[in-house]
Amino acid sequence: MSTAARDAETTEASPDPIVGDMIGSGVEGGVGDQVRAYFQRLRGGEMGALPAIGGLVVLAILFAFLSPYFLTERNFANLLTQAATLVMLGMALVFVILLGEIDLSAGVTGGVAMCAFIVLVDVAKWNTWVSLGVGFLIGIATGAFIGFFVARVGIPSFVVTLGLFLGFQGIELIIIGNGGLYNVQDPAILAIMNNNLPIWGGWVMLAIMVLISIGTSFWDRRRRSTAGVPNRAVVLVWIKVLVVAVIGGIVVGLLSQNRGTGFIKVEGVPIVVPITLAILWIGTFVLDRTKYGRYLYAVGGNAEAARRSGVNVIRIRWIAFIICSFLAVVSQLFSISKVGSVDPSAGVAIVLSGVAAAVVGGVSLFGGRGRLMHAAIGAVVIAVITNGLGLLNLPAGVNYAVTGGVLILAATVDAVSRVRAGGSLVRH
Amino acid sequence: MDEPLISLTGVKKSFGPVSVLRGVDLKAYPGKVTALVGDNGAGKSTLIKGLAGVQPYDEGEVRFDGETVTLHNPREASRLGIEVVYQDLALADNLDIVQNMFLGREETSWGTFDEGRMELETSKALQQLSVRTVKSVRQKVASLSGGQRQTVAIARSVINKSRLVILDEPTAALGVAQTEQVINLVKRLAEQNVAVIIISHNLADVFKVADFISVLYLGQMVASVKTVDTSYDDVVGYITGSKTYTGEPA
Ligand SMILES: Nc1ncnc2c1ncn2[C@@H]1O[C@H](COP(=O)(O)OP(=O)(O)OP(=O)(O)O)[C@@H](O)[C@H]1O
Ligand SMILES: [Mg+2]
Repeated sequence: MSTAARDAETTEASPDPIVGDMIGSGVEGGVGDQVRAYFQRLRGGEMGALPAIGGLVVLAILFAFLSPYFLTERNFANLLTQAATLVMLGMALVFVILLGEIDLSAGVTGGVAMCAFIVLVDVAKWNTWVSLGVGFLIGIATGAFIGFFVARVGIPSFVVTLGLFLGFQGIELIIIGNGGLYNVQDPAILAIMNNNLPIWGGWVMLAIMVLISIGTSFWDRRRRSTAGVPNRAVVLVWIKVLVVAVIGGIVVGLLSQNRGTGFIKVEGVPIVVPITLAILWIGTFVLDRTKYGRYLYAVGGNAEAARRSGVNVIRIRWIAFIICSFLAVVSQLFSISKVGSVDPSAGVAIVLSGVAAAVVGGVSLFGGRGRLMHAAIGAVVIAVITNGLGLLNLPAGVNYAVTGGVLILAATVDAVSRVRAGGSLVRH
Repeated sequence: MDEPLISLTGVKKSFGPVSVLRGVDLKAYPGKVTALVGDNGAGKSTLIKGLAGVQPYDEGEVRFDGETVTLHNPREASRLGIEVVYQDLALADNLDIVQNMFLGREETSWGTFDEGRMELETSKALQQLSVRTVKSVRQKVASLSGGQRQTVAIARSVINKSRLVILDEPTAALGVAQTEQVINLVKRLAEQNVAVIIISHNLADVFKVADFISVLYLGQMVASVKTVDTSYDDVVGYITGSKTYTGEPA
């Protein structure tokens, strides 16, 4: 018999309060208890990004065997920049997917913003930063537009954003012109994907990450002690910090090697990496620690419950679409920095991969479950498949087939874990 | 007798041509349990949705603590200390117990959540109600049983220091043991000087827990009596409309 069931019976027998018999918060006990509790949660269906991380490891080992080039520093750096666009788009989409919504226009929203940007810079000769500002304003306005129709008018986001997906492709064509193509010339924009931090910059970045990790952990612990509730065993904090330091150390170390093929040295962490990590950190902070983030999860889990608790559901939904569109512009900015040019198909093809990245990473399309980190990991999985299969010189068709298979697998894992976690297969 | 905490006078509500509440009076007292009974469709849920501010009344006076108040949205109700535990519970499955308990009124310091304080208060609230069937306050609500979910929903009112707690059929989906637990929970809530309104179709439960019984019949309050002054058969009579209450409303 489970302890819960036993407790239920004893409660019947003795309805009087027992002082000092408080219900715990699951952080009590030593490391062993915590590890056991973790595995219990896994068995209960709360797997998070674990399947994706497992898949990532398997794929990496597989490709390392199949291609001698896969594990080189050069390919590693390549992989990171190839993944960055998708990572950012996946993170953008998390904000609306957590609501059980979708934004099919996320790619082309970024695309239109970049078309406007490049035409302002190249044709109208505007200042780069002002033009970029206009690009971001287009993103924000688009998000507000979608949010209005979804949150206020009540049209399904699938329909609204499908309409935009089609319409914005037309707008890109109108801005750029059929068959047109503009080169990105501003060195600052090109630098995002093509330049690297100095070597010391990479280590400073890592040091900041470790310090933030330590800082937030101990800040949380102090607040908990002040409130008078127990903390997890402190060694768990150090294990977490150690994992960040070791993995980060390996990554920065690898990227600090010279990976150039000619006489020119190519070394250092690509500039896109700290930008992406900063946005990941800020977004996670908002989702985990602020009212907006909590309400986003609540609305995604049970909008009616949130409404009755006084949450302004319309506002939460609306803002989510604005954040999504804004980050989608960042994603396409990464893309044009990598490609070096803008054409009328900017952002058209990528959006479904962005959704796939989120789902592969363990973000539930039913809403309410998932983290930014999950989408980032999912995006890296997809990028590894593309990169690895590319190295093997397999036809592009194989890439699509494999990615599709992984997506279906991930969606199945999500559905099955939902059932285990006490939900049902159908959305309610 | 004490002053009522809440008193409704002449409350009306229609949906289009259908008038669901046709001039209803209701009172609830601090530390007392008032049962609201009536057949399906009598208008019980509609009456309390007005108190919760989710579906404002068309007409009628609401007095809280002797003062006339308006209840146009859930926030106004919650500011007064009115807490409703709905028939369908409305908890977010994907959040844990603490997160559900504090939904909409999280404790923050430096603009971010003070998780420790919320955790402690959750544990305290559950202890106050002698709940010991949940293992951890960080359990996801999806993993709780029906009775445990009901418990969480009711315990929210303790956290919010609610003064009026309204329960819409809290035992409808529960087995015998869990029903007993929830009934005890309701009694303990009243002991904390909270005014409780409970809706139930189960008259056995009603007679066990209620101090007053108010009977709605087709949108009208046909009887308001002290539990000790009435009988099971009388109440059944008022509910079905086969008996008319002649005394003064209690
Ligand atoms: N939003 C609405 N629009 C139209 N009619 C409604 C609405 N809400 C309730 N009604 C009607 O009002 C009447 C009273 O409903 P209500 O839910 O208040 O009954 P109840 O006493 O709670 O019944 P039950 O015991 O079945 O829960 C019913 O006839 C119902 O159909
Ligand atoms: Mg009802």
